[in-house]
Amino acid sequence: MTLDRRTFLTGAAAVGVAASTDLLSFAKAWAATNSWKPEAGSELRITRWRRYLEAEDKAFMAITEAFTKATGTKITVVSENWDDIQPKASVAVNVGSGPDMFWGLFSLPHLFPDHAVDVTDVADYLGGKYGGWIGASSTFGRSGDKWICIPVAVNGNYINYRISAVKKAGFSEFPTTNAAFLELCKALKANNTPAGLPLGRATADANAWLHWALWSHNASLVDEKGKVIIDAPETADALRYVKALYETFLPGTASWLDPTNNAAFAAGECYLTNNGCSIYQNALAQSKVPEGADAGAKEQAAKMAALAADMDHAVYPIGVAGKPTELQLAFPLVAFKYTKYPQACKAFMAFLMEANQMNPWLESSRGYLTQTLNAYDSNPVWTSDPKIKIFREATARSLWPGFRGALDRRAAAALADFIIVDMFASVATGRSNEKEAMANAARSAQRIYR
Amino acid sequence: MSLTMNAQDAIANVATKPETPVRRSRWMALSGNRNFQAIWFMLPAVAFLILFLAYPLAYGVWLSFTDTRMGSPGEFIGIGNYIWLIDDPVFIIAVMNTLIFTAGASIFKFVIGFYLAILLNKRLPFKALIRAVVLLPWIVPTALSAIAFWWILDSQFSVISWSLKSLGLIDHNINFLGDRDLARASVIFANVWRGIPFIAITLLAGLQTVPASLYEAATIDGASSWQMFRRITYPMLTPIIAVVMTFSVLFTFTEFQLIWVLTRGGPANATDLMATLSYQRAILGGQLGEGSAIAVAMIPFLLGAIMISWFGLQRQKWQQGNDQ
Repeated sequence: MTLDRRTFLTGAAAVGVAASTDLLSFAKAWAATNSWKPEAGSELRITRWRRYLEAEDKAFMAITEAFTKATGTKITVVSENWDDIQPKASVAVNVGSGPDMFWGLFSLPHLFPDHAVDVTDVADYLGGKYGGWIGASSTFGRSGDKWICIPVAVNGNYINYRISAVKKAGFSEFPTTNAAFLELCKALKANNTPAGLPLGRATADANAWLHWALWSHNASLVDEKGKVIIDAPETADALRYVKALYETFLPGTASWLDPTNNAAFAAGECYLTNNGCSIYQNALAQSKVPEGADAGAKEQAAKMAALAADMDHAVYPIGVAGKPTELQLAFPLVAFKYTKYPQACKAFMAFLMEANQMNPWLESSRGYLTQTLNAYDSNPVWTSDPKIKIFREATARSLWPGFRGALDRRAAAALADFIIVDMFASVATGRSNEKEAMANAARSAQRIYR
Repeated sequence: MSLTMNAQDAIANVATKPETPVRRSRWMALSGNRNFQAIWFMLPAVAFLILFLAYPLAYGVWLSFTDTRMGSPGEFIGIGNYIWLIDDPVFIIAVMNTLIFTAGASIFKFVIGFYLAILLNKRLPFKALIRAVVLLPWIVPTALSAIAFWWILDSQFSVISWSLKSLGLIDHNINFLGDRDLARASVIFANVWRGIPFIAITLLAGLQTVPASLYEAATIDGASSWQMFRRITYPMLTPIIAVVMTFSVLFTFTEFQLIWVLTRGGPANATDLMATLSYQRAILGGQLGEGSAIAVAMIPFLLGAIMISWFGLQRQKWQQGNDQ
């Protein structure tokens, strides 16, 4: 579905915003009343993660263009491979010069809390206007009492599976417990339709499912006070569980990075993995036969249509923790203090999150982005397709890096260092036993948490 | 402009023109001094070296003695980072990996590169074209060739696995980058592929300096081709081999791009080299001090490699009867 006037209207009406039919005329009216006046002659450079969905990117660019026309602030957007955002931000902060804003992953702003522009006023304004921040999004946004970034959206990361393969494995419903999930993966392997979840340093996918595995066994890196408690029997259970799962996977998952499982799933090599809904949405997008297509393109489109029809998404099973223990991929937008135009940064953050922008953007991203403000729960995208419905709850169900403890610089550093991912990978691949792996992880974590 | 002590010394050194009829000013004397002029010509290069080489190196060494984190200044902690690293199993793995990687890759590169150089030195049709083609792997940017290898070694879409499967030789994909030993072998293979041209072409240049008369004399004496290689080619080439292998070892020891694109140091640190671990800890983990310490820890190894080849070279001069 493309972003047209009708869907835009539906979105706007759904949250009860006065129906301004034109992005630009809204932008102009907004600019006249908004609290943050961009500095004269301001220009913003934003580095963002490179899109996984074309429509989402287009909608984002439309928003930046409307902002420029309304406020006169020129915006340059640079897309980077999402693993390159953090090193670039690190260097920019360290030398005190670079893009004004970074739209990055997870806990990026928390690596440099003292260098981020305080955006508490923007967050309070948005929270007040749009029904409050959902669940962990205020944890992602705040450092102590201060908001250091705006958690723009969350990328829901859930189980992607082939319906036919799960049925053939003897499951009419997707399993909801860890034990049943392991049984499913064993059955999938026996049917030669194996599962595969990444154990390489895949920033989004490996962190997502391995943190789920850890937390669902009631284990965590640190306790509420920031004391390292990873070396514990609960962690050993989690390690054994993941090793048992790994043995059912197709070969090679220890080397998988973020794009690998998308490709393997789309190619029909892997029948269950964890991902956003981008595999599904890309399959849907590619299933449309372009005009004048040759036989090969038609065949490919038919293949993609069949894939989209045969796949669905499921939430992660519940373990002994007894409740959802997910780590969802937050996308925080941070402005650093070296910017010459902090007011323009704040104005853009506020503008981006207003209903007139956010609603069409959420719609165009087709479930790939989940809202962080309560008012957007009623966005029509969530009722448009039952297969993406679960992604609506991604923000509400998510915990945060460093869970049990605070989300702070230390938690962000531990995540950036892949302590959890490497611990699981070293046991699953047989490089070390559970005891060694836990001791190593504890040692690395203690260095950060000292 | 006032003259410095050094400049006066310089004048003193060149006060060898007593019979100059007109008493020239000190400046005139100085500006005519070739050594003095040379200093000015060297200044840009010296400034460049200090700015881009000596300063970063010294700064890196300084950082390694601090607990500097990304975005916040650190304090001097002495050898705290090094003490921590000696106990760090991941660091030890990275050092071992780096040594295995360097030794493995260098040996293969040398043997194959040398063999290739000898082949290329023979009479071949289209010699120039073939020599140009041989250089290709070296010309392609590492990041590009690494991405090509990434696909060649992909766990699902590897062309090698696909071919072998199509031939019916194997029934499942080869886990090139997901298995510890295979991953190590794979990154060494990719590095060897990339590094051979440098060695082959340089040794080829060396081979062409060996006088043909030596081979003619050997042929008359009835030497076998192995004897000619052992007694003429190899000794004549040793100085070049020493230089080439030093460079090769240095390049290999500091490899980063290839590993980063192929494995990010995985699976479970199996291919983490000191360079990748340093980047991981410093730039991604934000521990600049610790990352610098890992980088600085590479220096003794690199110095060692240079020393070995240096003394190798010295010995070679003596063998050739050049020991002045």
